[in-house]
Amino acid sequence: MTPSNKASLSRRSFLKTSALASGGMLIGFNLFNACKPEAKVPLDISKLNFNDFNAFIKISDEGIVTIFSPNPEIGQGVKTSMPMIIAEELDVAWKDVHVEQAALDTKNFKRQLAGGSQSVRLGWKALRQTGATAKQMLVSAAAARWGVDVSECSVKEGIISNSKGETLGYGDVVNEAATLEVPEDVNLKEPKDFKIIGKGKRNVDIDKIITGKPLFGLDYKEEGMLYASVLRPPAFGQILESFDASQAKAMQGVVDVITIGEKARHYLENHLEEDKYNGWTAQMSPSNKVVVLAKSTWDAIKGKKAIKAVWKQDSELESTEMHDKVLLDLLNGNKFETKRKDGNIKSAFAKADKVIERIYESPFLPHNTMEPMNFFASVTPDKVRLIGPVQTPEPAANVVSKMLGRDIDQVSVEMTRMGGGFGRRLYGDFVYEAAEISNSIQKPVKMVSTREDDMTMGVYRPAIKYKIAASIKDGEITGYHLKEAAVNVNMYGLIPHFFPAGAIKNYQVDTANYKSNITTGAWRAPYTNFLASAEQSFFDELAEELGVDRVQLHMDLLEQVKNNPEPNIKYSPERLQGVLKLVVDKSNWGKAASGVYQGLSVYYCHNTHVAEVADIIIENGTPVVQKVTCAVDCGILVNPLGALNQVKGGVIDGIGHAMYSDFGFNKGVPQSNNFNTYQLIRMAQTPKVDVHFVESDIDPTGLGEPTLPPVGGAVANAIYKATGKRLTKQPFMDNLNAKKSIAV
Amino acid sequence: MPTFTLKINNEKHTVEADADTPLLWVLRDKINLVGTKFGCGIGQCGACTIHVDGSAMRSCLLQVSQAEEMDITTIEGLSEKGDHPVQQAWKDIDVPQCGYCQAGQIMTASAFLNETPNPSREDIRHAMNGNICRCASYNSIEEAVKVAAEKLS
Ligand code: FES
Ligand code: FES
Repeated sequence: MTPSNKASLSRRSFLKTSALASGGMLIGFNLFNACKPEAKVPLDISKLNFNDFNAFIKISDEGIVTIFSPNPEIGQGVKTSMPMIIAEELDVAWKDVHVEQAALDTKNFKRQLAGGSQSVRLGWKALRQTGATAKQMLVSAAAARWGVDVSECSVKEGIISNSKGETLGYGDVVNEAATLEVPEDVNLKEPKDFKIIGKGKRNVDIDKIITGKPLFGLDYKEEGMLYASVLRPPAFGQILESFDASQAKAMQGVVDVITIGEKARHYLENHLEEDKYNGWTAQMSPSNKVVVLAKSTWDAIKGKKAIKAVWKQDSELESTEMHDKVLLDLLNGNKFETKRKDGNIKSAFAKADKVIERIYESPFLPHNTMEPMNFFASVTPDKVRLIGPVQTPEPAANVVSKMLGRDIDQVSVEMTRMGGGFGRRLYGDFVYEAAEISNSIQKPVKMVSTREDDMTMGVYRPAIKYKIAASIKDGEITGYHLKEAAVNVNMYGLIPHFFPAGAIKNYQVDTANYKSNITTGAWRAPYTNFLASAEQSFFDELAEELGVDRVQLHMDLLEQVKNNPEPNIKYSPERLQGVLKLVVDKSNWGKAASGVYQGLSVYYCHNTHVAEVADIIIENGTPVVQKVTCAVDCGILVNPLGALNQVKGGVIDGIGHAMYSDFGFNKGVPQSNNFNTYQLIRMAQTPKVDVHFVESDIDPTGLGEPTLPPVGGAVANAIYKATGKRLTKQPFMDNLNAKKSIAV
Repeated sequence: MPTFTLKINNEKHTVEADADTPLLWVLRDKINLVGTKFGCGIGQCGACTIHVDGSAMRSCLLQVSQAEEMDITTIEGLSEKGDHPVQQAWKDIDVPQCGYCQAGQIMTASAFLNETPNPSREDIRHAMNGNICRCASYNSIEEAVKVAAEKLS
């Protein structure tokens, strides 16, 4: 695979330019689909039209470039990396580039969503071509002014020069450039000529973050806005029967107490089925909820505590014990759906010298974004304005329009910076609540959650168990059978084609699920966040059983894939071997100091290949992860600084949840609701993460998720070496009888 | 509702609030200093950290009625131009991911470095242990505190 440097997309498919009334040039582009033929770039910058374009670049006549960044920022760095890609091809100095989060209209725009680590991967070509097109138009304008050929001109950091040594800034020619035809073909740079891509660029919001400027949803305010605290059923399976708000209403700061739920039910009953967005909306609760409206957050929280509510059971009140039993029964039963089948598992197992079988278990997990769920809504007879942190603005607007019976044109969504996402903000339940509240009182309102609300109104990672079995014959793995039992929804369709698919002749993936009333959804690296840990522990056992080196086993299996190419797999055996070699080299694999135990894990997901080695020591009888060496192949590195943050964060997040975090239910009630009972990893527990990227000129892939899944396996394998104990159930610490660590 | 007079970032503010209102919400909702963040409300996460008479305190645990007479500094008042050595170090290292916890991290780190000018790695890891970063930017925070310590010495 070598990158082409001729842009292949037709210009008309996604890009238009115009001269701005106020001077300068505006380029509208749509990364992910074609603009309509009649689409026009607005002349007035305040009227940016996201119906046809999902992002804009403005080049002012001072030569300053403003990029209205199209994708939501949840901490994964796209607000920096995507504009970097444009700026690279446009050939401007990064310091002359300003990035603004685009406010959104909601009709017809595509993939304005943060999820699946896909923003950079999908935008790569289009972003480059956008920058290159603008550059070419600016150069053409300068060449025309000078009366020279374009080939005599060159550009450096926004300054165009010709062979006579004359120079013009972008700002000098931008008004002429804006009137030119958009060129059909443009040249893209060779990766070796990149000046911005591949050079670390700081988070574009860094100054605001370190000085505490308003940025996040919770910081957003409007004149006359009320704060709303929502009382939801304490247990999954309960609904509101009655309540007494007299005490709350008597409180000074409390403005009113209302109930909501009718609009949500209207949507669920009339629109859910037909709605193409219902994947993001199933989290809507049909129960009535009590809402305390107050003049400040604290008044709202206090008012809510004073509500006396009576709840009644509506469906089953489930408990962790029951989930454990149901999932194990599923694994041991025969109600599976087969997701991939190669060869014949049955006969491989029948002929085997030995069959190894293990069960791996993981709990529910809340997302616990640092910024709890919140949203602003202002509903008036002619407009519905929604502002706040949501990863899926398009579905949110759509659902709200249907809930409230409004035309989609009346609904607008603006995204703020988000204090973390991890998948939670894909689901718009908090947007719908805010909209229904504001609709009911016809005033601007901010729905705020406490941590307790946030942790108990979750869209959790579902509890999942795996049973993995392998057959061994004559020192070879002849069969591999993966069974998944999950709460609510099973693994997505790509996963059965990840490693070891293609590497083992007889291979089968089966899934089964149990439908629960507990709301579940995507959580950073869905499914693989635990599956990788399970499989990579299992391979460690297999290597031991076969008496071969762990690295060698993987190298050999991948070699087999290379020799018998299997079109229907999703990973590249070469790239997996590449990260494996790199991690072995950098981690001192097999040569650790005495008292240091190493565990290995290698995995592909989200289009990125990763290998990790965890070094642990035993301190006071407890395993301590000292260091993780991480080798990553994500193609071209757009922003090494941001990439490092993502990789290290993913690794430490993965260790934290594999080791410490647990979440259960008793009669429908979540058993933790704040950080005194739910443990998140803290600094004293963190290892140093040593990161190495494979050098590559293949198009870039995402980094928000793929370093998290393998690390649980690396840690489990290292703990096995230190203690002789195979950890198959997360969180590991619960099975090592270690103390919880919470703040003092 | 009673009124309270507070000294925040060297300015006097008079606010009306219930006596039990956590200072955090007074700062955020009444004085419009939203840099101080809400994360847990029970002293577990450190997102709400401020300085009271120079020491790091959890503003979610401090009631407004206790805060009169105190010399309070928030992230907005840590430095005039956002160039406190700790802020500079945060920028050098490019610490933030989502950024939500970082004001609290910076406030904890700056108070800590005031008291402990030459911290060891263990000192840093201990001092910062009360501040959760859900994005797990811990490696960078640790490094930035070290860099800030060097800048300060
Ligand atoms: S909000 Fe104060 S410590 Fe978490
Ligand atoms: S940067 Fe996101 S919580 Fe720390």
